[in-house]
Amino acid sequence: MLSVVNSATGLVNGFFEWFGNLGIFSWNVLKAGATPPYEWQELIRQLDEVGSKSLPLVAMAGAAIGVVISLEARYSLSRFGAKSMFPATLVYSVLQVMGPIITGLVICGRVGAGIGAELASMKVTEQIDAIEACAINPYRLLAATRILACILMLPLLTLGTDACALLTGWFAQTLVEPLSFHQFIQAGFKGSTFNAFLPQTFKTAVYGLIIGLIACFQGMRTRGGAEGVGRAATNSVVLGSLFVILADVVLVKFILVVFP
Amino acid sequence: MATAYDIAMTQGQPEEDSSVPVVAVENLRKTFGILKVLDGINLSVNRGETLAVLGRSGAGKSVLLRLIIGIETPDSGSVFIHGQNIAGLAIDQMGTIRKKIGFLFQHAALYDSLTVAENVAFPLDHHRRDMPRSERGDRVKQLLAEVGMEGDFRKLPSDISGGMQKRVGLARALALEPEILLLDEPTAGLDPISSGEIDELILKLQRERQMASIVVTHDLHSARTIADRLALLDQGNVVIEGKFEDLQQSNIGFVAEFLKHS
Ligand SMILES: Nc1ncnc2c1ncn2[C@@H]1O[C@H](COP(=O)(O)OP(=O)(O)OP(=O)(O)O)[C@@H](O)[C@H]1O
Ligand SMILES: [Mg+2]
Repeated sequence: MLSVVNSATGLVNGFFEWFGNLGIFSWNVLKAGATPPYEWQELIRQLDEVGSKSLPLVAMAGAAIGVVISLEARYSLSRFGAKSMFPATLVYSVLQVMGPIITGLVICGRVGAGIGAELASMKVTEQIDAIEACAINPYRLLAATRILACILMLPLLTLGTDACALLTGWFAQTLVEPLSFHQFIQAGFKGSTFNAFLPQTFKTAVYGLIIGLIACFQGMRTRGGAEGVGRAATNSVVLGSLFVILADVVLVKFILVVFP
Repeated sequence: MATAYDIAMTQGQPEEDSSVPVVAVENLRKTFGILKVLDGINLSVNRGETLAVLGRSGAGKSVLLRLIIGIETPDSGSVFIHGQNIAGLAIDQMGTIRKKIGFLFQHAALYDSLTVAENVAFPLDHHRRDMPRSERGDRVKQLLAEVGMEGDFRKLPSDISGGMQKRVGLARALALEPEILLLDEPTAGLDPISSGEIDELILKLQRERQMASIVVTHDLHSARTIADRLALLDQGNVVIEGKFEDLQQSNIGFVAEFLKHS
């Protein structure tokens, strides 16, 4: 009984300690990133690493969900005799719901694990110490650049996912019922302003913040050799995707309230 | 032509009082959990002087160097660089101090995503942006030549041997023309010839630039060659400090045993 209580308090302590350390880490990154000298070169490298190099992945993920939504939507809509709603349903599902979260999760897997493992291996081989010994702030050079790259790139990648999903969704539909892409888009966006989709796309910047921050945090606090590096990569992905999903709950509610 | 470094040196000079040791540690204590690594260390190094730090594996030599540059913080005791206590310094002030220190890590700690040349250029690219790119390139070539690595500048750290990594690490440590050198086993894993060349280089730097150096080494021969004084660590303390002859004449059991086996 006592041991259960003990391990429970241990867990709770660990939980608060983790958040406390994350808070301190975030503050350090913010302080370092907001003051010069700015690490433009590293930022550009990271924008490429996070953004351009993730494009094929999100394109494929988008293409896949486009087809899936298209198939599902056609089936359910035709059961209710609402086939004319198809374009609007597809556009809504992709842009409002699936595009952002799928992008967030896919990027969390690729980029979160990548950053987590890279920084962890730099940490255990003393490369981060070497940066510090060189009078360079590793929070500025390594963490701030990566986190900012994630924040900037996630909305753009989401647009990429959305575009691919709409394209394949439309394509899957035309195989059954020919419909020009132009008509499809017109019908899909009819009655909805462009503004309706902006908050949903830009909320992914918050996912970017979560993915980058957690991966950098897990990476830079790593201890203990190859095993530590593996653990950092795993934790970056697991915690990152968990928090992305939790953030989605909050953000969806928030957007509904603020942009009714 | 006066380089940026010369200008910085002459400007930096007045604050440096030659009666104050360049590096001094006082009563330095450090524990990891229950492991007492350093238990009240006192050491100092003056301008143009080299101190060799000896001790068994695990004696805390690397920890001592890491404490001096502030990557690790002591439980108690102080580190003074040019008489300034580094405890509690803001990161910018610490940066100013660190720019004057060349640090060689025990396992070189080269940036594995950068080539050999980029590794050596790294400190210059960040702190000498005023220096034209071509001049920085020349400086990198010269540094690599000094450590005998000019032929491998395009390789990645993973494609060169441990001893070669060490030499590149030394070149990187020298890039900003530091006033203080902290070297963790600069000749470990090197063949006798390269090892002799590195010793020569350290001696030359000491002569020409009056650097203050702390060199951790297991190589007693090299310690004798380069160091003015030797300090032997054991059980968290400095067991003996002095010239090589002082160590030889010591009647402390541990010192005699250490010398016998080296
Ligand atoms: N970050 C750390 N966490 C826990 N223990 C540590 C840490 N760093 C060093 N130690 C311990 O401190 C002791 C001294 O380590 P240090 O690396 O300074 O030894 P050393 O004298 O450099 O040995 P070697 O000659 O083998 O390099 C060792 O027992 C080591 O396990
Ligand atoms: Mg060591």
